[in-house]
Amino acid sequence: MKRAFVHFLILAVLVLIAPFLFKGGYLMNVLVFVGINTMLAVALNLLLGFAGQISLGHAAFFGLGAYSSGIMTATFGINPWPAMVFSAVAVMVLAFAVGFPILKLKGHYLAMATLGMGIIVYIVFNEAVALTGGPSGLSGIPSLALGKLVFDNDVKNFYLIWAFTLTTVLLSLNLVNSRVGRALRAIHDSEVAARVMGVNARLLKVQIFALSAFISAIAGSLYAHTMAFVSPASFGFNFSVELVTMVIIGGLGSIYGSLLGAALLTFLPEMLRAFQDYDIVIYGLILILMTMFMPGGLVRGIPAMIGSLRVRRGKEGEERA
Amino acid sequence: MELTQQILQYLLSGLSTGAIYALIGFGFAIIYNATSIINFAQGEFVMLGGMLSYFFSSVLKLPLPAAVVAAVLAATAGGVVFERLAIRPLKNATPLSLVIITIGGSILIRGLAMLAWGKDTHALPPFSGSEPIEVAGATILPQNLWIFGITVVIIVVNKLFFNYSITGKAMRACASNRRAAGLVGIDVRRMVLFSFVISSAMGSMAGIIIAPLTMTAYDVGIMLGLKGFCAAIIGGLSSGFGTVLGGLLLGVLESLGAGLISSGYKDAIAFIILLLILFIRPQGLFRKAETERV
Repeated sequence: MKRAFVHFLILAVLVLIAPFLFKGGYLMNVLVFVGINTMLAVALNLLLGFAGQISLGHAAFFGLGAYSSGIMTATFGINPWPAMVFSAVAVMVLAFAVGFPILKLKGHYLAMATLGMGIIVYIVFNEAVALTGGPSGLSGIPSLALGKLVFDNDVKNFYLIWAFTLTTVLLSLNLVNSRVGRALRAIHDSEVAARVMGVNARLLKVQIFALSAFISAIAGSLYAHTMAFVSPASFGFNFSVELVTMVIIGGLGSIYGSLLGAALLTFLPEMLRAFQDYDIVIYGLILILMTMFMPGGLVRGIPAMIGSLRVRRGKEGEERA
Repeated sequence: MELTQQILQYLLSGLSTGAIYALIGFGFAIIYNATSIINFAQGEFVMLGGMLSYFFSSVLKLPLPAAVVAAVLAATAGGVVFERLAIRPLKNATPLSLVIITIGGSILIRGLAMLAWGKDTHALPPFSGSEPIEVAGATILPQNLWIFGITVVIIVVNKLFFNYSITGKAMRACASNRRAAGLVGIDVRRMVLFSFVISSAMGSMAGIIIAPLTMTAYDVGIMLGLKGFCAAIIGGLSSGFGTVLGGLLLGVLESLGAGLISSGYKDAIAFIILLLILFIRPQGLFRKAETERV
C-alpha cells in the first residue's frame, strides 16, 4: 500500500512540474488531451479490464456529457459547475437504466449492443440540429471559472484537468483494491462462480457501467469547456474504438496502464503528423505490431523488455569474466 | 404515389441493400466459425471490391466483367496477405487483442486505399443500363436485379460448398471443434486461410454489386461492415439462412424507417431494431438458447 502511495506521489509531482518543464505552448495543449483521455481510459478500464465487460460505445457517454454541459451553458446560460454535476448525474442514471438490458448480453453480442448504442447517440448529435447544432457543431461554450480564476489558457486548463484526472486515478486505484474491486475481478474470471460466492454480479456490473459513464461524462464536460466548441465528429464509433485501444495497449486491468495507453495514443497522431497522409497507415501498423508483440500492454511489455535486456547484458558480463 | 405503392418501393430497395448486408454478414460468420474472431476488417474488403473494380474499369480501361473478376481476385489476395501476416502468427492471443488487430488492419487497409485512390467518391457504371423497370407500380433498377441474382447464386454455391464438398465439410468440422478436426487429419490452419479467402471474395463481390447504386469511396467499408456485422448477429453468427434473413430484415426495416419516419435517422432505426432484438433474444433471432458450461 505504501508503494502504491509513492507511485501516485511521483505522478502528482510530475504533473505539478510539467508546465515548468515544457514552458507552455503546443505541448501543454496535447497534455490537456492526455489528461482527458486518461480519465476516459481509466473509466473504461474499470469496466473492460476489471469487470471484463466490453463497451464499443463509450464515446457516447463522453459526448453526452460534453453536449449536455455545452447546451446548458452556451444556449441556456446556466453556471458551468452545476451544469457539469447535473450532466454527469443524468448520464449516470441513463447508463444505469440501459445497463440492465445491455449487460445481460455477453461477448460479441455485448460488443454489438454497446456499439449500436454509441451509433444511435452519434446520429442524434448529428440530427437534433435545433439542440446540438448538427454536424457543424455547437460553439460559444464558456470557460470554467473559480471565483476570479478563469481557466482560459493551456497552463490553467492543464492544472484543472489534471486535478480531475489525478482524482479519477486515485479513486479508481482505491476502488480496485477494495472489496468491490475483488468482486469485479471475480466476475471477470467467472460470473457464475462470483454469484455462488455471494456477489450480486448483475447489479455490480450495471453499477460499474454507470460509474464508468459518470466519469466519462465529467471528462466530456471538461472537454467542452476547454475546447469552447463541440461537434459530433469527436464522439463517433472511431473514438469508442480508440478508447478500447488505449485500454488494451496500455494494459488491461492496470490503472497506470490506461495512463500510458492514453498518453501514447494521444501523442502518436501528433508525432505522425510529419508523415502527412501516411500517418493513418503508420498508425494502423503500430496498432497491429504492438498488439502482436506486447499482448499484455505497455505496462507489462516495457518491464519485460527491460528485463530481457538486463539478462542479455548479464550474460555478456559473465562471458567476459 | 399511393401508400401501398410507396411501401412496395421501400420494400424492393430495402431487399436489395439487405442482400448486400447478408453477403457481408456471411463473411463475418464464416471467419467467426473458423477462428472465433470477429474480423472488423471485413468492411474494408467490401470497400476494396468497389474501389478496385472502379480502378480496373475506369483507370486501366478493362471491360467491366474483366474488371470485376480482377477486383475480386485482388481483394481476395489482400485477404490472404492479411491472414498470413496478422492472424496466423498469433498463437495465444486473447479474443480482445485479436479484435484490436483486425481493427488495426482495417485502419491500415483504409489508409492504403486513401493513399492509392484519394478521398474522392467514385462511381462504377451499372452492369446493364439504368433504365428503370416497372413492378406493380413501383420501379426497380436493373442493378437491383443483378444484386438479387448474384446474391442468390453466391448463397446457393455457398450452401452447396459447405454441405457437399470435402473442403466445405472440413471447414464445418473445424467450426464445431478445432481440436477434434485436427485429430482426424484436417489441416486446421489451411481451413482458416480458406475462410479468409471465401469471406474476402464474398465481401468484395458485395462491394462491387452495390457500387453502381451508392458510389464508392475509401471509407464506405466502416458502415457497410457494421451493418453486415448486425446481420450476422441477428442471424446468431451462423453462416446459414439466419444471416440471410437477418440482412434482409435489417435492409427492409431500415428502408421503411427512412422512407416513412425520417431519412436522417435511417441508421439509428437499424440499430434500435438491433438493440430490441438483442434485448428480447440475446442469442440472435435464429438460434436456440444455449446453456453455458462453467
